[in-house]
Amino acid sequence: MESPFTLGTNGKKNYNNTMSEIMTEKTEDPKIEVPIAEKYKLQTKDVNVFYGDFQAIKDVSMNIKPKSITAFIGPSGCGKSTFLRLFNRMNDYIEDFKMEGKIKIDDNNIYKKKIQLEQLRKEVGMVFQKPNPFPKSIFENVAYGLKIQGIKDKKLIAERVEKALVQADLWNEVKDNLNKSALTLSGGQQQRLCIARTLAVEPSIILMDEPTSALDPISTAKIEELIYHLKADYTIIIVTHNMQQASRISDYTAFFYMGELIEFDKTKKIFTNPEKKRTENYITGRFG
Amino acid sequence: MNSIQKNRLKDQLFKFWGIGCTLIGLVLLVIFIGGILIDGLSRIDWAFITDLPSRKAEKSGIWTPLMGSVWVLILTAIISFPISVAAGVYLEEYAKKNRLSALLEINISNLAGVPSIIYGLLGLEVFVRIMDLGASVLAGALTLSLLILPIIIVATREAIKAVPSSIRDASYALGASKWQTIWNQVLPASSGGILTGVILALSRAVGETAPLIVIGALAYVPFAPQGPLDQFSVLPIQIFNWISRPQQGFIDNAAAAIIILLLITFIMNGIAVYFRNKWQKKLQ
Repeated sequence: MESPFTLGTNGKKNYNNTMSEIMTEKTEDPKIEVPIAEKYKLQTKDVNVFYGDFQAIKDVSMNIKPKSITAFIGPSGCGKSTFLRLFNRMNDYIEDFKMEGKIKIDDNNIYKKKIQLEQLRKEVGMVFQKPNPFPKSIFENVAYGLKIQGIKDKKLIAERVEKALVQADLWNEVKDNLNKSALTLSGGQQQRLCIARTLAVEPSIILMDEPTSALDPISTAKIEELIYHLKADYTIIIVTHNMQQASRISDYTAFFYMGELIEFDKTKKIFTNPEKKRTENYITGRFG
Repeated sequence: MNSIQKNRLKDQLFKFWGIGCTLIGLVLLVIFIGGILIDGLSRIDWAFITDLPSRKAEKSGIWTPLMGSVWVLILTAIISFPISVAAGVYLEEYAKKNRLSALLEINISNLAGVPSIIYGLLGLEVFVRIMDLGASVLAGALTLSLLILPIIIVATREAIKAVPSSIRDASYALGASKWQTIWNQVLPASSGGILTGVILALSRAVGETAPLIVIGALAYVPFAPQGPLDQFSVLPIQIFNWISRPQQGFIDNAAAAIIILLLITFIMNGIAVYFRNKWQKKLQ
């Protein structure tokens, strides 16, 4: 029986194996070197996160391919949400937050001093666990991201709002009520509105932090379908507590445990033939 | 008598004791308002409101102090609102949690507890003498602004705290700056609470007497103020003035003026309650 502590020391070595497997798997001819920045949308290297004395993330390195869906799974408190929030620097608002290591998006270090957070967040959108529409009209919710960029062209804003609502599969339900308060929508509609709001800014990466955990099964199915279709244009990273959800929609799955990346591989592999005993135990419901 | 019966008896006794204590305040208020209404209601008519002061009780009106109160109220609102809301936003959104902000916080709470006459003395020294504003509407409004600043700051902070952090997160995640988030999301979402605090603070200011007496508003003023630098009187001072006269006619006048003053504060509190309810609905 492995204790989490022995796993902590072995984990790093093991996952390095896993990582190198992933990195080589698609390079059919090892002599042709594909520049790493073109191959990967997002790269993290030796990332550590501390909240005061508590280490929430331990030495995580991971490469994420463009236009793919990556699921982060693991028990509560394993650090998956913390890790997700690193990519748009939402952890910056937490007191005592400290981060070490490198995170690159399109080969740009997003933790360098000169980075403009506003610009980064335009590029990396986020959908939260609980639907959090602004207490404003449906139209204002979707237009907000554009207005804060200083876009004043009303026609352009209206076009982008419509496009985003269509993309989020909400347009037909709300097109006659764009001026109604967003809070009158159902939970599932609110979450799709939040997705539309994110899409309107035209990011290339969308982070989703348990986007369906507050929704009923029908709304969840709708959102999963939506996420699946969005893959054509966006790189999506989704934190989920729902194993079935991860296996249904994601291409890659990362299993986190106590701040460490235990295993990261193709979803099919993780769910059918995981390398690590601990991953298997979690997936089969033996703990977590 | 066993212990269960004893406990039940204690229960009943305490209940009646509690009812009695609650009623003391209410009964006294009813007696007071009743007495005022009997004395003053017959005195209230349009002429009472629009007449200038006079040596004869039956010819005296409250136009001068009423306009003085309105002037002071509006100027106080204009002065205190931006300052205290900005201070509240700073303390809640910008100030780092360190010793300096803790010190500021304690001082603001302490300021809210300083007796109003002390503010009067401060106003007398700073506004009336050093800034040489005299016993003017402006000096009075500045003094009352100082008095209600801590109240509005505290109310602003509470209202901002009540804004769910999910709204801030959403705004930041869309690329908004801190100021854009505060201006577009936090302030609109907390406006109801802030407004409630402002109105309650102003309704306290409209009833304040002591600090205005200290800065010199007790002098006889025959006309309603025309500008911020004019001399003035306010309703509570007029009431104080009339009450101290021996003639029954002036006592009745005082009662009538009290009715008007109470009406103003009740209306303001009513508006505050309305905004608060509307705001709470909006946030849910």
